[in-house]
Amino acid sequence: MSEYRMPSLGADMEAGVLVEWKVKPGDHVKRGDIIADVETDKGIIEVEVFEDGVIDEILIQPDTKVPVGAVMALLHSDVTRPEPAVTVERATPEPPHPAEPQPTGRQAVAVSPARTNGHRIRVSPIARKLAAELGIDLKTVQGTGPNGAINREDIERAAALKEKPKAEALPSPVEAAGQPSTIADFQTGMRRAIAAAMARANREIPHYYLETQIDMSRPLRWLEEENLKRPIKDRILPAVLLIKAVAKALTDVPELNGYWLDDQLQVQEAIHIGFAIALRQGGLVTPALHHADLKSFDELMADLRDLITRTRAGRLRSSELSDATVTVTSLGDRGVEKVYGVIYPPQVALVGFGKIMEQPWAERGMLGLRPVMTATLAGDHRATDGLKGAQFLEALTQRLQEVDKS
Amino acid sequence: MRTMTITEADLQSTIFRLLGQIAPEADFETLDLNVDVREALDIDSFDFLNFLIALDEVYGVDIPETDYGKLVSVEDIVQYLQARIA
Repeated sequence: MSEYRMPSLGADMEAGVLVEWKVKPGDHVKRGDIIADVETDKGIIEVEVFEDGVIDEILIQPDTKVPVGAVMALLHSDVTRPEPAVTVERATPEPPHPAEPQPTGRQAVAVSPARTNGHRIRVSPIARKLAAELGIDLKTVQGTGPNGAINREDIERAAALKEKPKAEALPSPVEAAGQPSTIADFQTGMRRAIAAAMARANREIPHYYLETQIDMSRPLRWLEEENLKRPIKDRILPAVLLIKAVAKALTDVPELNGYWLDDQLQVQEAIHIGFAIALRQGGLVTPALHHADLKSFDELMADLRDLITRTRAGRLRSSELSDATVTVTSLGDRGVEKVYGVIYPPQVALVGFGKIMEQPWAERGMLGLRPVMTATLAGDHRATDGLKGAQFLEALTQRLQEVDKS
Repeated sequence: MRTMTITEADLQSTIFRLLGQIAPEADFETLDLNVDVREALDIDSFDFLNFLIALDEVYGVDIPETDYGKLVSVEDIVQYLQARIA
């Protein structure tokens, strides 16, 4: 038996309003299936389930405001039959931590740094956090994840064994939702959400900034030739080149791809680029382009198109809002030359791109005009130092020049 | 579509309609036809590409990237389309 809880869809989310269930008791669900629509400050989000199983019970009715972490439904695994005698065991109430985004279960695959020295325990960030909260010693837990990694369920199982559940009530998830939010409410909510995340970032993250100028002649020439071969609807935007180059550069310098959690850097293996998308009505959302390093330009363009369209229509999926491992923001369209960004916690880096401008450029004793772009890196100084940041910008420049090879 | 003559007014109203889908809050009655329309309506490169795709769907005019620079104001776009469609 396991519990499906309101996922945290970003550092700034405290609660969401359940709009609609997409499943009913008895339905079989697979990991990644969309099981409900939840309204948040970022629009209506399709929330996904993180394990295979069968829905046992729906605990929350639509139009209810549900705090992050509150139990919404009960599931049991497909294999074992539910034990009817089991009273609903609710582990120690997990106080919602609005300020602490919980990388969702999906990330169980992305465990702590691969460089396992000796007997380092492989454990997912969420499991580590949960273990700390519940007072579970990781050394006593048997991991069932990939390569024996400890995941969230392992911790929950250990917690259930450790103490008889106290008959304490969970923080009541039921709080009558307000009237359907108006656009003004939505904007106020989003503003407040951004304020909370950015204030936390500024309070907690010692940012360092580096910038470099990149000659964009080669990548733009390549793109122009490429786009010439394509019908207009298949054309690739320069932003796609930038996203791919960032993803590739992160494979060279992985320390900037991850989270700062529990006073340590947790490098993520998967590279999910959170791309800042401005909303016309104001505000900003940074949904994730998953596995950007592994995708072709065409795939990334299709993903970006899909993501921007759904972001603006307010139809994002929970994983897209919660699992970005780094953020990219490109303000060149708006004429900005350089971006000094604020890192989105718990991420440890943000890459900013300015406008591509013709500029005098000296190379091998020759002066010429080149399209030049300034790339900036905002790094979390707790996680990395300037040298790593410098290596990243160098790798980024290199990857952009090798555009034809990627 | 192509057999009909397309007037400037037709072109302009189609352009407004397509831009309106991207920038619903735009007020075309007060829009200056000679200013940079992307700046005036806050249209980013993604929106602009979508606008060109929509124009292609209506008029069958595939605008190459090298011509993007000619499409600054609404007036520019009308002239460009007239030349291409004629």
